[in-house]
Amino acid sequence: MTAEFIAENIYDIAPSDLVLADRVAGRMYTDPEIFEAEMTKIFERTWVWVAHESELPKAGSFKSTFVGRQPVIVTKDRKGTVNTLLNRCRHRGASLCEQRTGQANGFTCPYHAWSYGLDGALRGIPYPDGYEGVMEKGDMGLKKLRTESYGGMVFATFDNDVAPLEDFLGDVKLWIDRFMKQGGGYPVKVLGTHRFRFRGNWKIQLENTTDGYHFPIVHRSWMASVDAETADMMSFMTDPTAVTHDLGNGHSVMQMVPEHSDLDADNGSEPLQPRFASVVTELKSAGLGDAEIRKLVRAMHGTGFNLNLFPNVSMSISFLRVLRPVSVDETLIEHVALGPDGPAEIVDPVNRERLRIHEHFQGPFGFGTPDDAEGWDRVQRGAQGAPEMPIMVNRGLARETPSPEGWATSHVTDETGMRAAYDKWKQMMSDD
Amino acid sequence: MTETLQPPAKPANPLLADPRVTRAIELVWHEADLLDRKEYETWQELYADDGRYVIPIDPETEDFENTLNMVYDDARMRRMRVTRMTEGYAIAAVDAARTVRTVSRFVPAKVCEDEVTVRSAQIVVAYKRGNHDVWAAEVTHRIRLSDHGDRIALKVVRLIDSEDAVPAAGFLL
Repeated sequence: MTAEFIAENIYDIAPSDLVLADRVAGRMYTDPEIFEAEMTKIFERTWVWVAHESELPKAGSFKSTFVGRQPVIVTKDRKGTVNTLLNRCRHRGASLCEQRTGQANGFTCPYHAWSYGLDGALRGIPYPDGYEGVMEKGDMGLKKLRTESYGGMVFATFDNDVAPLEDFLGDVKLWIDRFMKQGGGYPVKVLGTHRFRFRGNWKIQLENTTDGYHFPIVHRSWMASVDAETADMMSFMTDPTAVTHDLGNGHSVMQMVPEHSDLDADNGSEPLQPRFASVVTELKSAGLGDAEIRKLVRAMHGTGFNLNLFPNVSMSISFLRVLRPVSVDETLIEHVALGPDGPAEIVDPVNRERLRIHEHFQGPFGFGTPDDAEGWDRVQRGAQGAPEMPIMVNRGLARETPSPEGWATSHVTDETGMRAAYDKWKQMMSDD
Repeated sequence: MTETLQPPAKPANPLLADPRVTRAIELVWHEADLLDRKEYETWQELYADDGRYVIPIDPETEDFENTLNMVYDDARMRRMRVTRMTEGYAIAAVDAARTVRTVSRFVPAKVCEDEVTVRSAQIVVAYKRGNHDVWAAEVTHRIRLSDHGDRIALKVVRLIDSEDAVPAAGFLL
């Protein structure tokens, strides 16, 4: 194994050897060949998040998205099965669906009108006599990806031999269960999605969702604009109980507000934030009891943690942060706002508040996101210099200890989560 | 050789010649200039106290309250946004793109005694570090006319790519 990266050898080192225990080479952000290898060795060989179940509410619901760089359509068919289909006609390769979401009975190619069912089966070909004795319709369904879900989170993979999703998630499942408790007694639904792009490598975003260290610096502007209670809630820099766990398989959880990690654990001592007083009044007039109101309002900011799933989704306090690699130096990000799904008179006042909280920080004009994006842009620009110089991911290495559950654990400002992700990256990039 | 110029054809929409509409368009242009010059403190004074500044995502919605927007600012949020843009903590604003915008193709949608609604096309070119981004939008202004100064009661900026990924911005549209 290479102990040192130097200018003379940096492009000769195998990608998997560019990850050391405490550092990774800057070349990992800038080398197009590494990016190509990542698309096949990572994004086509593991579980990639494609949808939340609330985006597919009934038979015929669909969503078009991507797995790595490959376009897919996620559908719910008449049997209630969720399918992930390659968005590519089997005839001449045209994309079948350019709508982001909607309801359909199936998909018809605009070019020669080959038509497919919601399960991807080829249903009809115009003027089929030309194919007699040439092709069996049954063999020409859309390419289908393995699709599995847990806790409402739908994942797909191109790899038919990969271990089941639940094995891949492992200890993450407990944290997904906790994350979904922010429904406050109701299921969680998608409220809307912000989309923006930045000129930088996807791993810069992957790192950022587990980077507690940048928060008070990059987000000083946001901190200065929120009420005292919210600013206090996010003041975790010197809180020893705020920790990050390595959950295995590249996943990690960063607990910024540990008292909100399990929203069911509530001894009633924490006052509800005064800013939500009008929501409390609205919920009271909707006939809701104090305990139910408390559950919804205490969960208004979401949970107390970022749960970072390798390689493309973070369940980030109150929303989903989804990354899509476009090229070695361009990445597309979605910030998916979430809220409780229930009777309008109860969830609407809550969700209006949640939408405003989301808009305040997230999205291309939020008080947080543009500052993050500026930081990432600067990383990509700076990392063009000296590709052999390491990116340091060593913060807290000397104070990392196993938790009672056996998870490597360190302070929330430490780089434990990045090391977890890069360990998985290294493993997947060394597989043939 | 001297030619006699024909009188200009009447505007297709006679409302364009309405002095109330002219006042509204002047305010829209003034706003555009302030935003390009990043004079945000002066800019926010153009808004009525109950005025809203909105950049929606959903191209159809009028129910901004119950949908996710890029910007949905009342006076309080606008004030905080101006502070953010000017106080020097926000790295995106400190190193913001330079912008030049044109607002044109005005269509008066509604004109009454004290209020004018006008639609327009806005093209913003934003330059930063070697890249030019184009931000094209259909804009609606509802402007309240008053002898004490005309004020913006509502501005809705509907980006033509609002549902797609746009760059994260350190300036305002």
